[in-house]
Parts: sequence; C-alpha cells; structure tokens
Amino acid sequence: MATAAPTPPAPKTETKPSVLNRAWDLNLVRNLLICLAVLVVGVIALESTDAFQNTQLTSLAYYAIAAFGLTALTGLNGQISLGHGALMAVGAYTTALFLGAEEPLPFPVIALAAVVVTSLVGVVVGAAAARLHGPYLAGATLALAVALPSLALYFKETLGGDAGLKVSSPQAPDWFVSMIETLSGNLASSTKYVAYIACVALVVSLFFVLNLKRSKVGRHWRAVRDNDVAAEIAGIHLGRTRVQAFVISAAYAGLAGAVMAIAVRLAAPSAFTIVLSLSVLTAVVIGGLGSITGAVIGAAVLVFLPPWVTGFATDSGLSDTQAAEMAPLVYGIVLVLVMLLAPGGLMGTVSNAWRRTRQRRLAKQASSAS
Amino acid sequence: MQQFINVVLNGIIEGAVIAAFALALVLIFRSTRIINFAQGSQAMFTTLIALTLISNDVPYWIAFVVAIAAGFLLGAILERGVIRPLEGGLELNIVIATLGLYVAIQALAAILFGSEFRSFPSPAGLSGFQIGDLNLILTPTSLYIFGTVAVVVIALTLLFRKTNLGLTMRAAAFDGEVSRLLGVKVSHLLTFGWALAGAVGSVAGILAANGGLVYPAYMEVFIVFGFIAAVIGGLDSPVGAVVGGLLLGLVNSAVSNYGAPGLVNIAAFVLLIAVLLLKPGGLFSSMKERRV
Repeated sequence: MATAAPTPPAPKTETKPSVLNRAWDLNLVRNLLICLAVLVVGVIALESTDAFQNTQLTSLAYYAIAAFGLTALTGLNGQISLGHGALMAVGAYTTALFLGAEEPLPFPVIALAAVVVTSLVGVVVGAAAARLHGPYLAGATLALAVALPSLALYFKETLGGDAGLKVSSPQAPDWFVSMIETLSGNLASSTKYVAYIACVALVVSLFFVLNLKRSKVGRHWRAVRDNDVAAEIAGIHLGRTRVQAFVISAAYAGLAGAVMAIAVRLAAPSAFTIVLSLSVLTAVVIGGLGSITGAVIGAAVLVFLPPWVTGFATDSGLSDTQAAEMAPLVYGIVLVLVMLLAPGGLMGTVSNAWRRTRQRRLAKQASSAS
Repeated sequence: MQQFINVVLNGIIEGAVIAAFALALVLIFRSTRIINFAQGSQAMFTTLIALTLISNDVPYWIAFVVAIAAGFLLGAILERGVIRPLEGGLELNIVIATLGLYVAIQALAAILFGSEFRSFPSPAGLSGFQIGDLNLILTPTSLYIFGTVAVVVIALTLLFRKTNLGLTMRAAAFDGEVSRLLGVKVSHLLTFGWALAGAVGSVAGILAANGGLVYPAYMEVFIVFGFIAAVIGGLDSPVGAVVGGLLLGLVNSAVSNYGAPGLVNIAAFVLLIAVLLLKPGGLFSSMKERRV
C-alpha cells in the first residue's frame, strides 16, 4: 500500500453525491425501499404459486420473523436462547384466546396484543437472563422451553390441555377479495389471506430489524456483546441493554407465534417443543449469526428442506416413519458441519469470500498502478 | 404419613437418576467448560443398544456392560471428531454443535431402532415393600437404582481423590498450561473425560429406563432436569450435581403429589431461576460470579 500516492482533493462538483445517492445513504429511506422490494417479491411469489406453496411461504414468514428476533438477541447481543419456541407459544396462545372471543378484534390488534403479552414475558425472563451467561443462560432458557408449554396442561380450562386451542382463522374481508381479483384474477381463499397477513408481518418486522441493526440501540447491543467491560466504561448500562435485547427479541417471537397460530389453526403444546426452539436456532446459525438475509435463508431451509429430504428418503426405500426422521437427522448433521466447516454460516462465508476477493483485487490494482 | 414418606422416597429415587445424569454433564464441564447437550441422546442411543441385545436374549448384565462400553467409545469419538476441531473458537459454536449432535443422534436412533415405545426390563422386582401398615413406593428396583448411583458416585470420588489418573485430570482441568509443562498429556485426558462422561451417562440412561418405557425421546426430560440440577449445583462440582439432583427430585415429587403433575416443569424452572438469582454461579460453584 506504500505505493499508493495521496489522492489530490477532487473538484467539489464531482464528489457531490446525487440526490438519489444521498437518499440511499439515509438508513430510513434505504430500509423502506428494501422492505417495499420484499413486499413486491412477496406478492408476486404468492400470486404465482398454488395453495400448498402459499402455506409453505406462510411458514417461511413466521420462521423468518422468529429468526429475526433470535438473530438480534444472539447475533447482535451475544445472548443465547434455547427457549424461543416457548415465547412463540405465548404469542400463539394469546392469539388463540383473542380470536376465540365472541366478537374477535381485528387481527392486527390481536397480533399487537400477542406482541405485548410476549414482550411482558420477555421482561420477566430477560431480567433473570441478564445476570446469566453462556451455559447458565442456555440452561435457563432450555428450562423455559419445557416449562412454559406445560402450563397449558395445568390450565386445562382456559388453555385446552394436551389437545390445545383451535384457532378460527380470520376471514378474508371483501376489499381483500376484490383486490386479489383485480390484481391477478386468482380466487382469494382464507389460506391466501393468511399468507398475505404473514407477508405483511414479515415486511414490518424486517423494517424494524433493519433499523435496529444500524441504530444506536443496535450499536449498544454489539458493544455489550463484544466487550462488556469496555461498553460499561463507555456508559452503557449492561443489565438494561441485555433485558432490552431480550424483550425486543421476545416481541418478534410473539408476532411469529401469532402468525403461526392462524396458519396452523391450532395452539397446542405439541407444536412448541424443544425441537421448535432448536429449529429457530438452526435457521439463525445456518444463515449466519447476525445476518438478516441469513435469517431468511435459514427459515427457507427449515421450510423447504424437510419435504425434500423426506421425499428423497421415501424414494430410496425407507419406511414413512423412518423417512420422517430423516429431516431432523439432516438438520443435526448440517448444524455440526456448518460449525466445523463454515462457522460464520452461509452469509458469513459468502461475505468473507467477497471481502477476500475484493482485497485481492485492490492489491492487484495497487501493484499494477505502481 | 404414608404419603409423605412415599413422596420423599420417590423424590430421592428420581433425584438419584437425575444426579447420575447431572454428574455426566459436570464431568465434561469441569474439564472443558462445555455443556454437552448431546449427552442425553448419547445415553438414549446406548440404552437402545442394550435393549436390542436384551430382546435378542443377551443377559441383562452383559447388555449393561456393552452399553457402558458403547457410551465410553461414543464419548471419545465425539470429542475427537467434533469437539476437538472446534476448541479455541467461539463458545457458542461448540454449544450449537452439541445441539446439532443431540438432534442428529435422536433422529438416527429413531431410524435405526424405530420410534415406538418399548418396555425396558429391570433385574429386580417392581412391587413395593410393605412395613406393617405402610405401603411403601420403595421397590427392589428403586433400591437397585439408588445402589448403582451410589456405586458410581463412590467410584468417581475414588478416581478423582486416590488415583494418579484422577489427580492428573483434576490438575489438567485446573490449569491446562501448567499441566502440559509438567508433562501431562492434556489432550488425551480431555478425550478420556468425554469418554468417562459418556459411560456415566449410559449408566444414567439405563437407570432412567429401568422398568419403564424407552423411545428415542425418553431422555429429553432427563436432559432438562439433569441440566437444571447441574446448574443448580454449580456445573463444576460433582457434589453440587448430586445435591442438585436430589433437591430437584424432591421438589418434583412434592409438587406432583401435593400440587399437580402439570406444574413440575414450571417448578423446576422457578427453582433454577431462584437459585441463580441468589447465587449466579450455582450453589457449589468455585467460579467467580459474573459482575453485571
């Protein structure tokens, strides 16, 4: 780099960025544009696929929302949680209870209620978790993953026990039906309505998590993750920051649970096992910890890998019950392999590779310039 | 009176199995600072190996020994194959790798052995003792379980207090660098530690299965409870693991008898949080507390 001559200050007219460039540099504008693009892609995807694929995209959306929450907590703040499945259960049960009312409120209000209730649970758990770290935190959240869903067994009257609560999925309003008809001429079923709700929920959470990552709050979280002593000296309140991260992460899990409840039309303890918590963690890790794109890719893996693996296993002569176990087997092996071969996950590996090639190119430019 | 005695007895027996499993977790944690989330799956796998042997007319005790040997081997293989290459990296990476093993081994067991419920035999009787008017919940099987856990605890204590191997293991866990300088082969000891934990876990797996039903997820509850017990006890203290296990067993038994069975998991969680809030490092931890 010693060969690089100091660049003379360029004329002002040339360096002045265009209005578009300046707008792009504003996080808010950029994030809004990204979200708009995702929304458009989502609508195109939903209108060009059949009902079954619509439900798959719905699952993709709620896994991705939960993964956003976990990637914020684990990726940005460095706290592990094995209990996000339980927090999703809180959101799902809240939704089921509100939708079960005589005159249910509109779904956005119910989803908000689910987010608020789950956040309150997040305050309690986060306050306990803020004092813990590493294995202790993993243990406490693992216990939470088992403890919370079992509450449904105790409060049989209100929470439905083992069988769970049936969720009546919200009916598509008339304006939605006519909108879809003018948009693509497709029939607007209730499945499609739910898929659209999931899509909107995904875009809203995406907007918040993108802003979070680049805001003061996100920087504080990262500072606490990387060096808590230095962060505290810089005036960041460690305990408060950790609780804050847990609460916001729980809010995402609550929204994910609300969407999941109307998608699977059931809130039952059997849906919120340790495996669900581990699946969300898998998504976050496979995609790359701390990466928003990675969280979406990881969620896509969770949705599309199992049917593919199961189909492959059935074709190669395994029985149905054996084939059903192939998906978790592959998940587990993939988790171990990712840790061994590409600990940064998919996005981490890609961005590392990109950075390396760019450095090589810069070095080449520098050497050819001399 | 009868109910109270039975609640206590039940708690101690259940606690003994939890303690045995927690011991396996502590054995690994104190030498490597790693929580092995795959421990329960390993134990389940070796128990299913034993059950397969038993249903093919192999005597119980031979199957028991084979399971312990398999647990020992599996622990060593996992340490060499998966954990060793990850050491020195982020703590979170190792946690996630063991979680991956937990899921993978459980699924593999379901594919190889089937996922239906099967009953596991017990070498001792399953009917309760009677003392005068008291119908005790205590059975010959529970005595056998309690005795086996006691043997494991005594054997481990002797190993770590009296033998050269155990003392060098403690030295290596205390300060790996200095031990290396003094000529201790620390890397071999780490592998041995995982193997030993695998063997102890296998014993816990068989005891948990004894006279009950086994299926690929049957250890799940013990993973969580064993883990809670180990954390309550301080994670690096074998005494703490035993005390934590018995405490948790008693609390579980009391809650499910005097409260409701559905509250057991919540009670365990509350106990864990309460202990950690009072002593963030657990009851018997030698580690310094985290300052927040």
